[in-house]
Amino acid sequence: MKFINYLEKITGVDIYAMSAFGIFFTIFIVMAIWAFKADRQLLTKINSLPLDNQ
Amino acid sequence: MNENVSLADSPSQPPDMGHKSLQVEQFSYDNKSVQLFAFATIFWSVIGMLAGLLAAVELYYPGANLNLPATTFGRVRPVHTNAVIFAFVGNGIFMGVYYSLQRLCKARMFSDKLSRIHFWGWQTIIVVGAVSLLAGYTSGKEYAELEWPVDIAITFIWVIFGINIFGTILKRRESHLYVAIWFYIATWVTVAMLHIVNSFERPFSWFKSYSWYAGVQDALVQWWYGHNAVAFFLTTPYLGLMYYFLPKAANRPVYSYRLSIIHFWSLIFIYIWAGPHHLLYTALPDWAQSLGVVFSVMLIAPSWGGMLNGLFTLRGAWDKVREDPILKFMVVAVTCYGMATLEGPMLSLKSVNAISHFTDWTIAHVHIGALGWNGFLTFGVLYWILPRIYNTPLYSKKLAGTHFWFGTIGIVLYAVPLYWAGFTQSMMWKSFTEEGQLKYQFLETVTQIIPLYITRSIGGTLYLSGVLIMVYNLYKTVKAGHLVKDEATSAYPLPKAITTHGKEHWHRWIERRPVQMLVLSLVAVAIGGILEMVPTFLIKSNIPTIAAVKPYTPLELQGRDIYIREGCYNCHSQMIRPFRDEVARYGDYSKAGEFVYDHPFQWGSKRTGPDLAREGGKYPDSWHYNHMMDPRIMSPGSIMPNYPWLLSNEIDTASTAAKIRAMQSLGVPYRSGYDALANTDLQTQARGIREQLAKDKIKTAPNAEILAVIAYLQRLGTDIKSVKP
Repeated sequence: MKFINYLEKITGVDIYAMSAFGIFFTIFIVMAIWAFKADRQLLTKINSLPLDNQ
Repeated sequence: MNENVSLADSPSQPPDMGHKSLQVEQFSYDNKSVQLFAFATIFWSVIGMLAGLLAAVELYYPGANLNLPATTFGRVRPVHTNAVIFAFVGNGIFMGVYYSLQRLCKARMFSDKLSRIHFWGWQTIIVVGAVSLLAGYTSGKEYAELEWPVDIAITFIWVIFGINIFGTILKRRESHLYVAIWFYIATWVTVAMLHIVNSFERPFSWFKSYSWYAGVQDALVQWWYGHNAVAFFLTTPYLGLMYYFLPKAANRPVYSYRLSIIHFWSLIFIYIWAGPHHLLYTALPDWAQSLGVVFSVMLIAPSWGGMLNGLFTLRGAWDKVREDPILKFMVVAVTCYGMATLEGPMLSLKSVNAISHFTDWTIAHVHIGALGWNGFLTFGVLYWILPRIYNTPLYSKKLAGTHFWFGTIGIVLYAVPLYWAGFTQSMMWKSFTEEGQLKYQFLETVTQIIPLYITRSIGGTLYLSGVLIMVYNLYKTVKAGHLVKDEATSAYPLPKAITTHGKEHWHRWIERRPVQMLVLSLVAVAIGGILEMVPTFLIKSNIPTIAAVKPYTPLELQGRDIYIREGCYNCHSQMIRPFRDEVARYGDYSKAGEFVYDHPFQWGSKRTGPDLAREGGKYPDSWHYNHMMDPRIMSPGSIMPNYPWLLSNEIDTASTAAKIRAMQSLGVPYRSGYDALANTDLQTQARGIREQLAKDKIKTAPNAEILAVIAYLQRLGTDIKSVKP
C-alpha cells in the first residue's frame, strides 16, 4: 500500500476545524445538561463506590 | 474463571436493587497480581531513573559513556524514556487497575492465567526492548522506538490485558461503572489504536523496519501518537487511579461526580486533536497546526476540571494532609498535573512555542508531569497498597515523609534549572548584533547552560535518593507482613433484571454497558485522528512535491540508518523553522516536499546540538571524520560523545538490497531491479569519499561506517539548495 495524493488541492479546509469544534461542542453541551439534570441520589451512590469495602 | 464462589446467606450489605431473594456470594480478590506489578513498578522506577541520571550526566560529561556504543546518550535516552513510561508508569497502571478494578466490580480478575501472561509478557517486552535499544535497534520515532517484533508482542499483551479487564467488568457484581473504570476503558482502546496506527512499518530484516509513512505524514502520525501517549498512557489511566485512590486515602468521596462525567468526555474528545502542537512552524500544513493549537487551549478546561475535582475532594480534610505522607504525595501529584496541563496549552501558543520548542523548556515541562504527577501518584499508591495486601502497617511514616521532601526538592532542583536553561538558550539563539549578525555561535549557547545541566542532575539524584528510601521502607514493610494472596470477601450477585427507579437517563444507560462505552470511546478518539490525518494523506497541495528532491543513494541510505541507530535525532533536529535566526544560522527554512522519502522522518524535538537539515556541504568530509572521532577536536567544548566505532565498524552491505526493496515497496522511486546494483553504486560513492579523506591524509577502510555517515550528512538539505524560492 502506498500513500497517494488523490486530490490536487483542498478547498474549504476550515470545514475540518469547524466540524471538530462542532462535534466537541455538541457533546460537551449534552453532557453538561445531563450532568446538571442527573439524579443527585444516584450520583451520590455511584460516587461512594470506592469507599464501599464490601 | 478462577473464582471459587460459594453461596451463603450472610446478611451483610442489602442488595443493590431490592432483590431480596439474592444470596451473598463468597469470593476472593487476587492480590498476587497486584503484588507482582507493584514490585515491577518499584524495580523499573529505579532502573528508569538511573538511565535518566546517566543521560543527564552525559550532557555535561560525555565521557561518562566510557566510549561504548550502548551507553551513548543517543541510545540511553530512549531507554530512559521507554523505561519510565512503559516500565515504571506502565506497571504502575497495571498495579492500580488490578487492585481497584476488582474492588469496584466486586469481582476477582477474570483469569489468573491471563494476569500472569500479562505480567511476564510485559516484563519480557521491557527487557527485550531495553536490550534492543542499547544494541541500536530503533525505529527512530520518539516514544515508539521499539522495533517491529516488539511492537507485535506489545499488541498481543495489550489484547491479553484487554480481555482480562473486560472479562472482569462483564462478570462484575456492581451494576454501575465508577468513573475510574471509564478512564481504564478509554485508556485501553485508545492506546491500542495509537500503537497500531503508529507502528505500521515495513520490515526488511528480523529486527529492523522502515516506517510506512514518510516525512510530513510520518511526523503527523508520530506526534498524534506521541501526544496521545502522554494523554492516554500517562494521564487517563492515572486519572482513573486518582479517582479511586484519592477518595480511598482521604476516606471521602470525590468532590463532584458530575464534574467527573464532564471531565471524562471532554478530555478524551479534546486530547486526541492536540498532537500537531508538537509541530508548530514546521512543514506541517498550517491548518493542521492551527487545529492543534485551538484544541490544546481548550484542553485547559477538562484538565483543570479533573485537578480541581481531586483537590476539592480534600475539602475539610487538609488537616489529614499535614500528617499523612500518602495524601501529601497525592496532593503534590494533582498540583503538578494542574501545572503541567496549564503549561502545556501555553506552550501550544505559537508565540510561546517559538521560544520554547527545541529547548530544555520542553524537558522541564515533561518532568513536572513525569516526576510530579506520575511519580508522586505512583508512590502514594504504592504506600497505600503494599501495607494493605501485606496486612501490616507501613514500616515508617517518617521515612515516607523524608521521601516526600527528597522528591519535592528534587523536582524543584530538576525543573527550575531546565526552565532557566531553555529560556537562556532560546534567547541566545535569537540574539543578533547591531550589524545584523547572529550574536552567538551554537556552541556558546550550549556551554552557557552547562552549570544548569549539572544542577538538574543533582535534582535528579535527590529524587532518585527519595525513591531508594521508599524501596527500603517498602522492603521493611513487606518483610514484616504476609501477602494476603487471595483476599476473601463477599457480595451480592448482579440481579438478572435490574429494576430502575423513575426516569432512565441515557448516560446511566451507557455507564452500565462497558462494551458500548468502549465503542463510544473509540468513536470519540477516532474522529479526531481521522479528521486530522485524512486531508494530510490525501491532498496533494498539503505536501507539494519538489522535482529536485531525489531518493537517497544506497550509501546515504546506509548512513541514514546508522544515524537512526545512534539516536542522533535525540539531540539534532532536521527542521528549520521560518524564523530570522534559524534561517541565518542553518539556511533556508524546511519545506514539506523535502521529506517525501524520509521513512521515518527525523525532525527531532530537541536541539542539544545544532539543526542538521542543511548540513550538507557546510564542512569538508575530513571535518566530519574528525568530528565523529572526537567532536572536541573540531569544536572545543562540545558535549557530543565520541563515535570511534564508526571508524572501524563495517557497513552492513548484505542488507542494502533488502533496504532498497523495502523502500521501493513504500513508493520510493528506485528503478526496477536497482536492488541488485545498489552495492556497486555504494562502493563507487564510498571510494569517492575515501579519496577526499585521503587528500586530507586520512586513511579509512573501504567499507567503514563513517563513509556512509559522511555521505548522508553531506546530502542533507542539498536537494533544494539549488532551487530558487
